[in-house]
Amino acid sequence: MSELFVCNAAELVEGGRKLIANGADQIGVLRAGGALHAFLNVCPHQGGPVCEGLVVHKVEEIIDADKTYRGMRFNADVLHIVCPWHGWEFNIATGRCAGDGKLALKRYPVIERDGGIYVAI
Amino acid sequence: MRIRSSDPAYDLHIEGYNTSHHLGNARKQADARGLDDVLIVDVDCHHYETDNFEPILEFIDDPALRHIALNTYKYKGPAAMLYDQPGYQDVGGRVTRYLTRKGEKIEETGGHREVEQTLRWMNALSVDYACLFPTPMLFLGLHPQAEVEVALARAYNRWITEVILPSNPRLRSMLYLPFNDPEATYRTVNEFAGKPGVIGFMVVSTRYKPVYENAYMKTYAFLEEAGLPLSFHASYHWNDQLTSLSNRFITAHAVGFTFFNAVHCANWVVNGLPERFPKLKVIWIESGLAWIPWLMQRLDNDFRMRTSEAPALKRLPSEYMRDMFYTTQPMEMVNNQEALELTFKMINADTQLLYSSDYPHWDMDLPSTIWDLPFLKEQSKRNILGLNAKRVFNLDISNQFPNGVKGG
Ligand code: FES
Repeated sequence: MSELFVCNAAELVEGGRKLIANGADQIGVLRAGGALHAFLNVCPHQGGPVCEGLVVHKVEEIIDADKTYRGMRFNADVLHIVCPWHGWEFNIATGRCAGDGKLALKRYPVIERDGGIYVAI
Repeated sequence: MRIRSSDPAYDLHIEGYNTSHHLGNARKQADARGLDDVLIVDVDCHHYETDNFEPILEFIDDPALRHIALNTYKYKGPAAMLYDQPGYQDVGGRVTRYLTRKGEKIEETGGHREVEQTLRWMNALSVDYACLFPTPMLFLGLHPQAEVEVALARAYNRWITEVILPSNPRLRSMLYLPFNDPEATYRTVNEFAGKPGVIGFMVVSTRYKPVYENAYMKTYAFLEEAGLPLSFHASYHWNDQLTSLSNRFITAHAVGFTFFNAVHCANWVVNGLPERFPKLKVIWIESGLAWIPWLMQRLDNDFRMRTSEAPALKRLPSEYMRDMFYTTQPMEMVNNQEALELTFKMINADTQLLYSSDYPHWDMDLPSTIWDLPFLKEQSKRNILGLNAKRVFNLDISNQFPNGVKGG
């Protein structure tokens, strides 16, 4: 296992992201939900640049105790990253596809050490 | 360009949007698969005629209507003439190119911006020839004023044949038919057939005009004689009474995009139009593929019980449907590949299926959706991606493939 330097830790604030090259591949590194995440910038759908997409909280329905619908809201505990080609959403914490849990992004371990951020490949 | 998130910390800022960059991974796919050596004809892709709406409105013949259109456009934009509807194809900014595409910087190399932007995505996808269609005009079939559809159809058809198509031989179109007016429809095919880049004509399916009306027969006869395909391009309209039963765009789209094509196709077959126009090439566009086995089975089952209601038919309805052509997108690639494989068999995909991307719309399909299918032989992939279209449209591909193309 080797490590790729991403950037200085201070450069990647909450909501920030960096794209780094790994040979011909690109890896997207994001700080979101207070943690660092790294994914291959290739969506399992048709190969879109998923790491360049919108980070947004999961949407959920509000259903009352009597089963009636009361609208929608964002779930403040679950962040998604959305592939910009067609809109597939992925849970940032797990990399799993929100619409089909059998599919997932390729994840890499991220290390924050001595003021630097590294991806293990 | 700022795209809002659920929390400002995650707002997405996209500066310098560039189609080639957006589709960089598509270019990598094409390289990895050697698709530049494969003829790829995209039978259904789009531009936004609203990007050039004022110049198009200038082409309206009727001076009074043109006057209204141009003045109203100043404050109301394209809704001055088009039949707008609610909806958010970009899923609220998630499909980012909807918001960013308009601000894309295009070098002024003498070509029309429209053409340059189109060539960018074509090159990324390795598409050799693209059949361009408009976008919001796909909702015009429900416009309450038939004369507006007639006027805009001619204005758009003149604009695309005079301004866009002549500028690059890789661009083609099946021109918009003002189908709510059968006489204007006939005039359109007479006027525009044979113009450079015109490879057929297109009916927007979302409308309440039955395809079997006698008034259309001379148009069908003309197209059959000219060897030009007639296509039915699906769309939806959320204001349509049936579609308005849906409260979410996903339902309006999933159902709405198949419904009108299914009804028109059933009417086409049951009224024996394939017997009346056996050489007319009919193409069903952008309803995906899953609806075809459904309709084949429904019609075959009913036909054997109610043969007297479709006396023109000499074969089963599904057999006529198997002689028709279908575009691939949006191909329902769900987790049941057996269903897809069976669908390909049921429609004789090897000869009848035509690749389409629908780019730049949100549910676009890359050529890899065909190239990577494990159940297809290489020749079938080549047929679907381009060779079938070459045959159907009688395409001259010599500018892209001066030495011919493998498998063709
Ligand atoms: S390629 Fe990512 S959503 Fe389609």
